[in-house]
Amino acid sequence: MTALLSIRDLTVTYRRDGSEVAALKHVSLDVAAGERFAIIGESGSGKSTLALAIAGLLPQSTRIGGRIDWLGRDHAPLGGRDIGFVFQDPSASLDPVMAIGEQIAEVAHTHLGLTWSQSYAKAKSLLERVRLPEPDAALRAYPHQLSGGQKQRVAIAAAIAAGPKLLIADEATSALDTIVQAEIVALIRHLVAEDGMTLLFVSHDIALAAELAERIAVFRHGQLVELGATAQIIASPGDAYTRALLDAHLGLDAEPLLQQAGASG
Amino acid sequence: MSSPLLAVSGLTRRYRGGDKTIAAVDDVSFHIEPGETLALAGPSGSGKSTIARLLLRLIEPDAGHIEFEGGDFLSLNGTALRARRARLQMVFQDPLAAFNPRASVARVIDDPLRIHGIASRKERPRRIAALLERVGLSADLAARAIHEVSGGQRQRIAIARAIATNPSLIVLDEAVSALDVSVRRQILQLLLDLQREERIAYLFISHDLGVISAIAHRVVILDAGRVAESGDARAVIGAPQSAIGKALVAAAPKLNRTSTQGPADRQ
Repeated sequence: MTALLSIRDLTVTYRRDGSEVAALKHVSLDVAAGERFAIIGESGSGKSTLALAIAGLLPQSTRIGGRIDWLGRDHAPLGGRDIGFVFQDPSASLDPVMAIGEQIAEVAHTHLGLTWSQSYAKAKSLLERVRLPEPDAALRAYPHQLSGGQKQRVAIAAAIAAGPKLLIADEATSALDTIVQAEIVALIRHLVAEDGMTLLFVSHDIALAAELAERIAVFRHGQLVELGATAQIIASPGDAYTRALLDAHLGLDAEPLLQQAGASG
Repeated sequence: MSSPLLAVSGLTRRYRGGDKTIAAVDDVSFHIEPGETLALAGPSGSGKSTIARLLLRLIEPDAGHIEFEGGDFLSLNGTALRARRARLQMVFQDPLAAFNPRASVARVIDDPLRIHGIASRKERPRRIAALLERVGLSADLAARAIHEVSGGQRQRIAIARAIATNPSLIVLDEAVSALDVSVRRQILQLLLDLQREERIAYLFISHDLGVISAIAHRVVILDAGRVAESGDARAVIGAPQSAIGKALVAAAPKLNRTSTQGPADRQ
């Protein structure tokens, strides 16, 4: 495999109120070009910190040790152009007072050197690619006029507008209901395949990650607990914590916690 | 067979936006027996939370009846409503949004005890300690600020507050959706223990069919404000008949731990 990204001994420390908190401790892993890679973990596992570190979005005050190397390129990757980022809450990542078309066109204009009219044409074709109904009308719409799932489609369109090599989705479907979540996951899978992007899928949901990713990295308390092919992680996890996460998953076929005898007639 | 604890019939709530009228809840009927868990499932906008708000009388219906503990719940007002409300409690998805963030843990649990006149001022600290221990927390937590405790602890505190008034029914609106999976399981177990010991009924509102099949006796699946289907939770989820039921089951992430699950090219 050709590595896109090599992370070695990455340690990230946040400074807050005079004290220091290590959010990531000595993390080393490679992400291959074109793969779908999932980072999973619970609250405080460091999964979002890793995504932000890769995208270069950590706050200035953060102390970063170790290396993140981008292989096969002569310049540092630029957020928005080389890396697309989709966050959990599209309402927070979209500008509420800017028309949707302009928000997407701005990315194309800034990074691709297109004229504004070319950028708007690009924005329209992106809205078609993320399957937003009536893309012509949507160009002129504002975020509050759309549903949560539609807003996330717009955020994805903006994230891929400059043709990034890497798409990072950080809990991008967690705020959506199950049906919309499945649609957005299918859309991400489709776009990543079509454009040959590498996907970094950050999630707390091991079952959802397993449906999408080829490899899974499990994080806990800032450390990489286990990394492997999806089938291997799910069927024969090597680590007790991974097993506990799998056991805690309540699937449709899970043993009922409820004793039916407790019911009344 | 005793009469149901809660009987909802023909419940309808419309919203007017411009010249359009949308029925958020449209002729919905269901009942809950004492000590039973009924789940309300459905996608965003199906009317789940509007039903919760109607049951709490935060909003009033345009049509329909709600019978609770054998009486007409919608005709209650003032003191009578307040007294009956002690028996019908609510736990929200995000307890931080439901609590005064500057309050102490003790204050959050003290409120219902004081408001409903359940315990004297002198007796209340002891009651608060007992309630905290009842939900698996240390009584020492009482002095802490609510924003200092973890999400799982906060949801236990929300449950302690809910059971403080000795309710017969608790509405749980996505009450475990924001929790980490390991914490979620502990909270579900706590809810089941309380139900078994106190015969509390739950209206469990969730979009997560996995959780519903693990803890609910029956399920009502809603679509666009109407009941699409209902029945035994595991039977309905195992073989849904309605289009929306089938879509919800198909969309639920599945973990196949025995075979070689991979990222098959599901589209």
